[in-house]
Amino acid sequence: MNQNPRRIVLLTMVGLIAAIAGTFLLDPYRNYLLALVAAHLCAIAGLSLLIGRTGQLSLGHAALMAAGGYGYVAGVKVGDGVVPGGLQPVLGLVVAVVTASVIGLVLGLAGARLHGPYLAGLTLAVVLALPALTAQIPALGGDQGLMVPFRSVPQALSSLIALEQWQAWIALTVVAVVLGVLATVDAGAPGIRMRAVRDDEVAAALAGIRPGRIKVQAFVLSAAAAGAGGGVLCFVDSGVRPGGYGVTLSLLLVVGVVVGGTGRLAGAAIGAALVVLLPWLIGLGTSAVDLPAEAAQRLDGNLAVLVFGLLLIGLTVLAPTGALGLLTRAGASRKRSAPSISPLSKD
Amino acid sequence: MDRFVFLLTTGIADGVVFALFALSLVLIWRSTRIINFAAAAMAVAACYLALAVTDLTGSYWAGLIVAVLVGGTLGWAVERGIMRAARDPLSGVILAIGTVMVLQALTGILAGPQSRPTPVPFGDRPVIVGGVATLSPYDLFVIAVAVTLTAGLHTLFARTSLGLQMRAAAFAPEMSRLLGVPVARMRTIGWILAAAVGALAVLLAVPGELGLDPHAGDSLFVSAFAVAVIGGLDSAQGAVIGGLLVGVLISLVTGYLGAAVAPLGVLALLALVLLVRPAGLFAGVEARRV
Repeated sequence: MNQNPRRIVLLTMVGLIAAIAGTFLLDPYRNYLLALVAAHLCAIAGLSLLIGRTGQLSLGHAALMAAGGYGYVAGVKVGDGVVPGGLQPVLGLVVAVVTASVIGLVLGLAGARLHGPYLAGLTLAVVLALPALTAQIPALGGDQGLMVPFRSVPQALSSLIALEQWQAWIALTVVAVVLGVLATVDAGAPGIRMRAVRDDEVAAALAGIRPGRIKVQAFVLSAAAAGAGGGVLCFVDSGVRPGGYGVTLSLLLVVGVVVGGTGRLAGAAIGAALVVLLPWLIGLGTSAVDLPAEAAQRLDGNLAVLVFGLLLIGLTVLAPTGALGLLTRAGASRKRSAPSISPLSKD
Repeated sequence: MDRFVFLLTTGIADGVVFALFALSLVLIWRSTRIINFAAAAMAVAACYLALAVTDLTGSYWAGLIVAVLVGGTLGWAVERGIMRAARDPLSGVILAIGTVMVLQALTGILAGPQSRPTPVPFGDRPVIVGGVATLSPYDLFVIAVAVTLTAGLHTLFARTSLGLQMRAAAFAPEMSRLLGVPVARMRTIGWILAAAVGALAVLLAVPGELGLDPHAGDSLFVSAFAVAVIGGLDSAQGAVIGGLLVGVLISLVTGYLGAAVAPLGVLALLALVLLVRPAGLFAGVEARRV
């Protein structure tokens, strides 16, 4: 686990360049899907770190992604006419991360005092209250949400790449930064403190670590990652609306974490790909089979959720280390760095 | 003033259902230290079958009995088939979430997304007493069922040998096992009881809502979770008092500020209680280890 920061930066850079090169192999729609995967990966990686390292289960990360989306719109609007057009999305993303972090700080302060199921319930209530909040504050646009101006490909690149490819580039860059930061934190002293708090709060406190503060820090970091993901989603879709950030998305993020293997950043990539691509594949499958319209509609919305639910149960029972754990089990002689799923509380 | 009285009484009628559903959560928490996040999805699935039976037989009461039976069976199946694999609270919550997704997807596929009207055994128009609108006959029926059930559960736990064994199994599993209490069976019974109570609560609550759909229990679950937390997850009395509190709060907020604000009211109350007393208002004297 003692990867030095320079190695993480190098790995991130190589990965980003490879991914950007890869976008040339994909058609526009698949590049759009890739951008969606990147956006979800930000949130899933942050949530994975939160659950895996401090044992705090949040069912509210969809709301934090929404906060990122609304923050992005606010940032772009504020930057309109003040900063050059090309920099507006950057400003938007910064505001997205800040907005989600602030909300994460509030939730984290509450969460640090709570045992696992209580935190899960509180964050679930936050997601369910989100539509009520957007309906009450006129500036958030109610059910319609908010739109941002359409962003085309910069002039210099417009003859070279399609819009979707450009969006994928931005999304990949953001996810590279997010993963780089998360990996650096995880490998360094903060990561060790988080594990210490997770494993034994009393022992950690005796060793001079303040468990509450560590938990809040982890929550804020995780919220910032979710906010970046929400900002990217808003950039790609040119808008944000509360309907897209409901309980289902929160649960899907948890699925992504568990599928990849809780606490594993590389596993989060597998989880994010599955969360985005499985509904798409199932949609392709059901439209290939000749079904009556109503049956197709019922299957379309629910079959993916059914598969996700079965995956969640199956993996938790049979393979707690997730897909990545199964893949690496062959080389299991290597010492594992940390247990993947940890006790939340010691009642 | 009339409006206030009306909102207050409606709030109490709603609160009784919240209390009943919260009791279902408390029952499971007491026996397994798990918050059953799947409670609403299980109850809604049971209600769909109850509705089918009511349609088939034309009898509301047949449906009610089926809801309780199917609810209990689902509780047994979920505990034996899924939740027993929980190694710790975190995997317990994740397994419950998986169960929610499976059940909601199945009800969605089988029954469709549209909400279905549900029959009511008694009139649901408020009775006018001295010019003031108060409870409806249906509300009185709900209150009567809830009070009877709560009293029954209290008697079960306080007065019977089965109740004593269940409390012992939940409180000190190892010690109880040594003394010959079948701890695993007690847990299963706890789940069956809880799921049956949950199904009944959702069946009673649904006519007040827009009708039955695969997500009909979601907001009820959050309200009931808030109730259970406010009451302290261990306390049945807490669930009842918390239920009335939350019911009245939601009714007043809905009446004076609009239905859209109600979730925010629940969230605010939940956050407030958790910040002031993280273990709930009526938590037992058992000292929490850090």
